Amino acid sequence: MSVTVPERLQQARSGTERPSAHFSAPTSLAEVLDALAAGAVPLAGGTDLVVGHRQGKRLLPDALVNLDHVADLRGIVEGVNGSLFIGALTNHETIVNDERVRSSYPALADASSIVGSAATRATGTIGGNVMNASPAADTIAPLLCHDAIAVLRSTGGERRVAFGELFVGPGRTTATSGELLVGIELAPSSATTGGAYVRLEYRRQMEIAIVGAAAVVRLDAGGRVEYARVAMTALAPTIQRVPAAEDALLGTDAGAAAARAAGEAVAAAARPISDVRGSASYRQAMAAVITQRAVTTAATRARGGVVRIPASDSTFGGRAGNEGSGS
Amino acid sequence: MSIEITLTVNGMAETHSVHPHRNLVSVLRDECGLTGTKEGCDDCECGACMVLVDGSPVNSCSYLAVQADGKRVTTVEGLAAPDGTLSPLQQAFLSCGGVQCGFCTPGMLISATALLAQTSSPTDDEIRTAVSGNLCRCTGYTGILDAIRLAAEAI
Repeated sequence: MSVTVPERLQQARSGTERPSAHFSAPTSLAEVLDALAAGAVPLAGGTDLVVGHRQGKRLLPDALVNLDHVADLRGIVEGVNGSLFIGALTNHETIVNDERVRSSYPALADASSIVGSAATRATGTIGGNVMNASPAADTIAPLLCHDAIAVLRSTGGERRVAFGELFVGPGRTTATSGELLVGIELAPSSATTGGAYVRLEYRRQMEIAIVGAAAVVRLDAGGRVEYARVAMTALAPTIQRVPAAEDALLGTDAGAAAARAAGEAVAAAARPISDVRGSASYRQAMAAVITQRAVTTAATRARGGVVRIPASDSTFGGRAGNEGSGS
Repeated sequence: MSIEITLTVNGMAETHSVHPHRNLVSVLRDECGLTGTKEGCDDCECGACMVLVDGSPVNSCSYLAVQADGKRVTTVEGLAAPDGTLSPLQQAFLSCGGVQCGFCTPGMLISATALLAQTSSPTDDEIRTAVSGNLCRCTGYTGILDAIRLAAEAI
């Protein structure tokens, strides 16, 4: 019996050298934008682009422009109005270890801390995770819940796009091929705001979400929810907020009953597929459970309680001796 | 199109001319002659090809050689002293039975080296997280975790 290796996989692995391949590694954003205008595809950490090539899923494009040497694209800075700006080339390891992210945007820290493995987190960038636009990307649901804005640049200027308007389908965004995500702006947080991202997973690392949910709640002086965001991961063609779940939380104490109602709303809104990681009906059932856990964890943090990052570990019972930072 | 790149591999600067789509592991093995780094799954699952790039762990199968241009690369060959004396971590892998067939060992050593450069007293959880991108089909991991713990105590 012979096994046929798909042609594309063969091409990727045999190192077939396309003479038309072009590569540039400029040091300025202006040069990068010129390359994009000329048709090049941006390369950040390469943990999706190059892995996809090696797997034969999608060969590398002919023209690549490496972003790595544009220092302006890397780093986390505070904005004037209390917002936080994360450069697109900032890697997950940097995000997890940033005290401002850990304390004010813990849902994002939860997500970045469980992307791939330690090597993935040292190489992979938040910009790549977002613009790859996977329906299972870990960082997108937390960013939606923090009312994030994508800052896109092209030779034509700058465009700010709310995350809710960024994704149109698996692997597809509203950014044009000439536009580069230069960074992400997070809305101001407060002392009574808590957030969490929880992922259903078969293993703790090197995993892709079977189902995921992010929640952010802000409590008023009486402990009632005055602001709520809930977003679901791997439950629809794009990662999206669930307004019905948010409504179920507003005005409540974010206790068990409210968390259950939010979970039910997410399960009702979910349009999951069946694939190798889980059936649609399993995903639908777990959507309620995972959302409940995300809401409960977000509320605990909003009340000042300490829940370890990543929240996924804690909500699944954690491990023996897991007092470490887990980053 | 070929691109000229300069890598500092285990402290030595080397210049190579490579196709833009060529992966780092093939340059390390076939051009630099450093066959300690293994190619396993070839798509970022197993960690056998792990090397340090500017001190951070990278799966060199799914990392383009051109991405490493101008950077410091450390392979398993760079962990021992120039006279061949094994590092405390390498010694600990031998004394704890952290090596069986040996195919995952270079990647395990690289991930553990990156961890111990960050913290000299890692928790068990941090050790497990650090080698989470490295698969071993022989040891059941216990000897590997013991070795990293022992090395941390020795450093």
